[in-house]
Amino acid sequence: MGQITLENVAKSFGEVEVIPPLDLTIEDGEFVVFVGPSGCGKSTLLRLIAGLEDVTGGKIVIDGSDATQASPAKRGLAMVFQSYALYPHMSVRKNIAFPMKMAGIDEAEQKRRIDSAAKALNLTDYLDRRPGQLSGGQRQRVAIGRAIVREPSAFLFDEPLSNLDAALRVGMRLEISELHNRLKTTMIYVTHDQVEAMTMADKIVVLQAGRIEQVGSPLELYRSPRNVFVAGFIGSPRMNLFTGAAAAEYGAETIGVRPEHISVSADGGKWKGRIGVSEHLGSDSFFYVEDTGLADAVTVRADGEVAFRHGDEIWLSPAEDKIHRFDKNGDRM
Amino acid sequence: MATQRAHKAARLMISPSVILLLAWMIIPLGTTIYFSFLRYNILTPPASWTGFENYYYFLTDPAFIPALVNTLVLVLGVLAITTIGGILLALLLNMEFWGQGIVRILVISPFFVMPTVSALVWKNMFMNPVNGLFAHLFRAFGLQPVDFLSTLPLLSITIMVAWAWLPFATLILLTALQSLDSEQMEAAEMDGAGWLSRFIYLTLPHLTRSITVVVLIQTIFLLAVFAEIYVTTAGGPGYASTNIPFMIYNVSLKQFDAGMGAAGGVIAVIIANIVAFFLMRAVGKNLEL
Repeated sequence: MGQITLENVAKSFGEVEVIPPLDLTIEDGEFVVFVGPSGCGKSTLLRLIAGLEDVTGGKIVIDGSDATQASPAKRGLAMVFQSYALYPHMSVRKNIAFPMKMAGIDEAEQKRRIDSAAKALNLTDYLDRRPGQLSGGQRQRVAIGRAIVREPSAFLFDEPLSNLDAALRVGMRLEISELHNRLKTTMIYVTHDQVEAMTMADKIVVLQAGRIEQVGSPLELYRSPRNVFVAGFIGSPRMNLFTGAAAAEYGAETIGVRPEHISVSADGGKWKGRIGVSEHLGSDSFFYVEDTGLADAVTVRADGEVAFRHGDEIWLSPAEDKIHRFDKNGDRM
Repeated sequence: MATQRAHKAARLMISPSVILLLAWMIIPLGTTIYFSFLRYNILTPPASWTGFENYYYFLTDPAFIPALVNTLVLVLGVLAITTIGGILLALLLNMEFWGQGIVRILVISPFFVMPTVSALVWKNMFMNPVNGLFAHLFRAFGLQPVDFLSTLPLLSITIMVAWAWLPFATLILLTALQSLDSEQMEAAEMDGAGWLSRFIYLTLPHLTRSITVVVLIQTIFLLAVFAEIYVTTAGGPGYASTNIPFMIYNVSLKQFDAGMGAAGGVIAVIIANIVAFFLMRAVGKNLEL
């Protein structure tokens, strides 16, 4: 079980309100990602759920019982920290055993759980090393192992992959997703990386300045962002946002078109511009088109074989049914 | 500094300072060893060769065994008080409270007081059986004041020296505490470790290296405590507060026996090495040398 409900949860540090009252329900077994720019309060929200910070208002309900005042250890949650927070003077085995030792679980059971976690995380050969002798990815796995053996009702991840290099990050991302598929335990994952959010989440919570901008599945957020912020934040490369005459044509204050929903042509189209930078990745080509009169640079994604170069003139045509329209409050029309 | 030539040049360049430092060390040590084999009374020169007699007389002096025991008791007592007290004070000072800066400076200030001054303050203002603060305190509770320096001389000196060294231990342990990763603490909190478990399993292991440093540095200085004894008990009553350095002072400057004093000096060096050996073995595994 791992259903978590936040009711009017708010947090202030002195005078500064970091999180205005918000409501959120996380269902049992869901993989929920909190995503937002740095300083948006996503880590604070996670720490409130973990019990490492006290709420200044509202209620946190875990599995139907009020846990607002419960100590972190009593909430039955396990957390993986950004810095891994391994105990440097203990071997990997002792690190993983520590929560069980604190809970007073008997030795045989401890050993069984350590062995099964080590096997699942490919740590069997490293059990007697110290964290200092491990690579970043291995440390990450030890931190996850320490969380698994507690058999928590939910896992909390606080930007766990941000200290890893790009290749390792993709690998660990897959491992965490596989872990979720296997354990089917609730997971709450905080990141500023929208790619991680899109690839891993069952449900994404987009936060800005402590407010929830939108909650939904990755594709819901991609297809129908509720406002300009979500539109600009979800999707890579970012959605192009145009104001002024181009938007007025569609009866909106702002319109948004994703780079992949613009087709390019050398001969004719809706908007004319010149290529500033072109990036050819083989599978795709990205063009940053200037002098369109729409925005400083319009990002376009085209097939990898399309061969425009720097300085070429280009015509752009948006897919009309994929244009997102926003009113002057920035909300979706 | 990778090539052979660079190595040679480097050795040549540092040799003057190495030679100077070596001479600085070797000459006094050599002189001491030479004197320790002479019958050399300052009042009745000239000196003459006697072999190991000075050592024999120093080791069989009735003051030697008490002095050796007192030295070790003093060192161990002060070490125990300063490390345990230093850890507790550092834990307190590491918390956030109003006026933190001033309190930290106040805590550290005893270290700046000269040993003679601090010992005299302790002797006259605190431990004096008639006018001392402790005497007043005892009388306030209707108790008989204790004449600390004559009834508990070694304990009194231990307290004075510990008072002076507590700030040093506190300072080093405080800086170590401040480098303790707060996420580790939070992780332990989530893992269900209470305050005491976090202290035992996280804080103490984190502090071991600093504790090692505190113990080693203090030992060097505590083996040579002299001023506190000189201005308070003068080693008495009897030999109750005489340690090895004070005994050497007695022999060489009160009995004017420079030869036996030198022998005492050599013995003190040997004792210091033995203590250092055991200390390094006890705590050395915490130092990655």
